Amino acid sequence: MLKDITLGQYFPGNTPVHRLDPRTKLLLLVLYMVALFCAKWFVSYALMLVFLITVTALGRIPLRSMTRGLKPMLIFIILTAVLNLFYTREGKLLFEWKFIHVYSKGVETAFFMVLRIMMLICGTFLLTYTTSPIALTDGLESLLSPLKKLKVPVHELAMMMSIALRFIPTLIEETDKIMSAQKARGADFETGSLIRRAKALIPILVPLFVSAFRRADELATAMECRCYHGGEGRTRLKVLRFAPADYAALAIGVLLVAAVIVLRHFGL
Amino acid sequence: MAEPIIVTENLGFTYPPNGEKLAFPVFENLSVSIDRGSFTAVIGPNGCGKSTLAKHFNGILLPSGGRVLVSGMDTSDENLLLEIRRTVGMVFQNPDNQIVSNVVEEDVAFAPENLGVPTAEIRSRVDDALKTVGMYEYREHAPHLLSGGQKQRIAIAGVLAMQPTCIVLDEPTAMLDPRGREEVIETVSRLNRERGITVVLITHHMSEAVNADRVIVMHQGGILLDGSPREVFTQVQTLREAGLDVPQTTELLYELKNLGWDVPLDALSEAECAAAILKVLRRPE
Repeated sequence: MLKDITLGQYFPGNTPVHRLDPRTKLLLLVLYMVALFCAKWFVSYALMLVFLITVTALGRIPLRSMTRGLKPMLIFIILTAVLNLFYTREGKLLFEWKFIHVYSKGVETAFFMVLRIMMLICGTFLLTYTTSPIALTDGLESLLSPLKKLKVPVHELAMMMSIALRFIPTLIEETDKIMSAQKARGADFETGSLIRRAKALIPILVPLFVSAFRRADELATAMECRCYHGGEGRTRLKVLRFAPADYAALAIGVLLVAAVIVLRHFGL
Repeated sequence: MAEPIIVTENLGFTYPPNGEKLAFPVFENLSVSIDRGSFTAVIGPNGCGKSTLAKHFNGILLPSGGRVLVSGMDTSDENLLLEIRRTVGMVFQNPDNQIVSNVVEEDVAFAPENLGVPTAEIRSRVDDALKTVGMYEYREHAPHLLSGGQKQRIAIAGVLAMQPTCIVLDEPTAMLDPRGREEVIETVSRLNRERGITVVLITHHMSEAVNADRVIVMHQGGILLDGSPREVFTQVQTLREAGLDVPQTTELLYELKNLGWDVPLDALSEAECAAAILKVLRRPE
């Protein structure tokens, strides 16, 4: 049951979007976010939407998985809409009832805010849908490597992240096993109040933590046996390399930001 | 006479190592020497110190007395540690806890990456190691979806990619089913036979020790028996007193001998054992 959970939900594939260097995709996401926050009026948003849809289509990402991904964020989106709708006091008064006032500017802000958040989430999904977690970690490590000069342990953080990703399925399997073992001895995880159910999780978490620490210890020894001694002097099996497509993608990203900023000046 | 690759000289180790109050010696004055290119099995009951000994072979643990030499390098010299660990690779019991990456080939590449091997050579080492253990077609798989025996072969490939002269395996089959056990033992003996890699196999499955050149039996931190499998396993009484089993063939012959049959004890393989029994049965009264 727990095995169905996949983190980051990567859809393996071999589309132009999948083939881009993870660093390109990370930078592109940053550019996309900048553009999104600069966007002001319909024309800008339409441009962004065209970009988003084109990338989605190129990456062959099923639209359904996008909408499914948006669902958990629904409360957040509705809350943003409601707050913006009622708390903006500019423009024409459209509607009034007791303490509720809705102004034209409020409707506008709420609409664009919701659009912005949804497009932001979709953009992030595009990255995780088309990039394997390992590639993502590699990309982050490479992009953040200038921070090493400031004594930020970039390699160590990336290593921790990839080990965490590696052990998620192992620990999920283990959780399943512990749950079965506790159920076999009469534990009940499904009924009772929320507090009762939370308490029932303790007998799962304790053995899980103990075993995770034991695993960590053994893994550290095994890594030492394989000559691990930090990031210094390390080489890689797969070296990240920018291809012409990556430069093209980045150019498009920069153009997008430029276009949105220009449109902003004209209030579009 | 073959030259030794691992030598322990009067090795002493106290646990816990920092000389606390409750410290007790795991072993004192233990001297063993492992010959280059040999296949040595180390057996012994739980808590006899066989895993602790193995961890001294590549400097994971450091002796509190005496010293350990790997190809003449002292394991207590920190500057030599990487070279020592490159020379003596180690495989552990739980395959899940020694696989670092969630792609098979990236895991095998871990050791050469740490050693700073150039990218092109890492590629060829990884491919070679995976082909050697027969896991090449799984190179892009996720390790957690493989069977125990396959995972343990990946772990062996991960060590092979360092191009070690010696591989120490600490109960590599303890968590595997019979089929996985067979895969691993077959791989290990092939490495020893075809590549001349020195193998030290720590195990509690007597049947795995039968194929070794040499069997060392440890008991209470010391060496109880040391010799060829035939020499060691015929000492049924001594082994039993140490709380150890003997291979099933030896056990059968031992019981028959006690009943007055005239059978040899050193027929270790099933075929040899059957032949020995047949010989007695066919003998005219």
